Amino acid sequence: MLKFIVRRLVQLIPILIGLSILVFVWIRALPGGPADALLGERATPAKVAQVRHLYGLDRPLYRQYISYLDRTVHLDFGQSISTQRSVSNEIRRRFPATIELSLAAMVFAVGIGIPLGVLAAKRYLAWFDHVSMAGSLLGISVPVFFLAFLLKYIFAVKLHWLPSIGRLDATRVTSHPTGFYVLDAIVTGDGGAFVDAVRHLILPAVALGTIPLAIVARITRASVLEVLNEDYVRSARAKGMTSRTVDRRHVLRNAMLPVTTIVGLQSGLLLSGAVLTEIVFSWGGMGSFLEQAVFARDFPVLQGGILFLAIVFVVVNLLVDLTYGFLDPRIRVT
Amino acid sequence: MSLAEAEAFEISIEATDDTGGRWSEAWQRLRRNPSAVVGAGLVLVFVLVAVFASTLAPDSPNAADLSHLRPGYIPGPSAHHLLGLDQQGRDELSRILYGARYSLLIGVVSLSIGASAGVLIGAVAGAVGGWVDNVLMRLMDIMLSIPGLLFAIGVAALLGRNLQSVMIAIAVVNVPIFARLLRSSMLGQRDSDYALAARSVGVKRWRIAVQHLLPNALAPVIVQGTLALATAIIDAAGLAFLGLGSADPGTPEWGRMLAETQSFLQSSVQLALFPGLAIVLSVLGFNLFGDALREALDPKLRR
Repeated sequence: MLKFIVRRLVQLIPILIGLSILVFVWIRALPGGPADALLGERATPAKVAQVRHLYGLDRPLYRQYISYLDRTVHLDFGQSISTQRSVSNEIRRRFPATIELSLAAMVFAVGIGIPLGVLAAKRYLAWFDHVSMAGSLLGISVPVFFLAFLLKYIFAVKLHWLPSIGRLDATRVTSHPTGFYVLDAIVTGDGGAFVDAVRHLILPAVALGTIPLAIVARITRASVLEVLNEDYVRSARAKGMTSRTVDRRHVLRNAMLPVTTIVGLQSGLLLSGAVLTEIVFSWGGMGSFLEQAVFARDFPVLQGGILFLAIVFVVVNLLVDLTYGFLDPRIRVT
Repeated sequence: MSLAEAEAFEISIEATDDTGGRWSEAWQRLRRNPSAVVGAGLVLVFVLVAVFASTLAPDSPNAADLSHLRPGYIPGPSAHHLLGLDQQGRDELSRILYGARYSLLIGVVSLSIGASAGVLIGAVAGAVGGWVDNVLMRLMDIMLSIPGLLFAIGVAALLGRNLQSVMIAIAVVNVPIFARLLRSSMLGQRDSDYALAARSVGVKRWRIAVQHLLPNALAPVIVQGTLALATAIIDAAGLAFLGLGSADPGTPEWGRMLAETQSFLQSSVQLALFPGLAIVLSVLGFNLFGDALREALDPKLRR
């Protein structure tokens, strides 16, 4: 197992280096280069030269890359053009909100998607299978921001069951030791804040989790169907095992392997979907940060934000891979 | 991971092995599958609307008639304007119909570029193998390490606010997906009996690749293409929602129309509902059809 972990970590290095080069080249591919981007509309030739010198853009490219790498390793993503604030600090402040939302969406997606997929496979080609697969296809076809819109309109604007924007009622005064509001409420023992935070979380999490739910259900179904046809399942049945035991020991164990990978890959969909969902629900995470950056053409923010989320995505998938290796010994040797 | 990637994954789980005559058999199965028929119908309507938008639309998408608007009031559906007016007094139905044009154009152009580039890279990697394969696939891995929509946001923001940059952004995101799909599909067939047979009678390697492996590897690419069109429409709408898209504020892009009506949610929910439904129906069409196509081409389901 240790060898497997080490090998996976080593495989990560070229990906991270490649990613850093990609993002490094990205900002330099701008028309007028990064100096123009930094100055925006205030760019004059004299100012551009000044900025180029200040940021070392007049030095050779490899030197620039090395210092960029050095700063990135220390999680220094530079400053926002529009607010002059440190991008890293802003990410640190906002990222817990995005993680909280993504985790809640994932719990929703996996908690419902896996049982749904298993049941659909067990009822292969019966009405339940048809209905749930048609439903999941519809689920994949709805843009996340439109679903967010609908949920907000129905449950917040019309029915007033749940709050429509933000992470807590604006009037509530609480402390935030972790930045995860649900966790904060538990840590500080504030029952009211807990209920409030959870109520704010429900609609955005359902909106964001629906597409992953549909995908998880479909993959689970395909994977269970695949395993049900395996010889070892037939043998287990032939031995006279009860179908419940066969399901638990043979079918589910093997069928969950591809589902694990899919759940990891979904984290990318969650992170990018979160950006759109957060905008609809005015959720103070990475979404509005990136939206403002797109609007203001604030390239350091876009660069830092996208690089950071990509690293998170890569690390989550590494963890999923390791889990997979842990669950399935065959993977470790190949 | 984007939807297209998830579907690529689903396709790869149900790996194909090939025998002849599957296209005609697939056609038979498609005709009998109700969801394929519904999907094809939706796609057909979408394409026809996009092509004939100017004939079908009762009004110009940009003709504003402010006389019916009052503060806090936007007229809803009526006999004169079937879907009502938008916040600037333009005919909503006409804007929705013209919007199909933008969706189809962005989808088809971006996918043609992205899939061709991806297929080319995947074919070269799969056919040549060795270090070329290694380098190309590591490059694809790096591209896949940025979540799809975020990658597209980065590329589109870099290239500026116009339609071309959205098309390029979505194309770029699709390249690694198709490259990986084609490569794995070719590798899966390299050890097949017919490839072995061809090799044993002395057919050259590149010829096996071009004449045998490539045509047989195309089925998953076609399925993926249909499904990726659905994702392209959703992604384009997402980019427009974020303000990336045509620089002209009058452009009737569905995603932008949705974004612009956010502040009218309380009074005029139909303005968000119509463009949203338009996106859902066209995307659903491609998804239904692509999914049915995948099932029809899957030899394991052939009974």
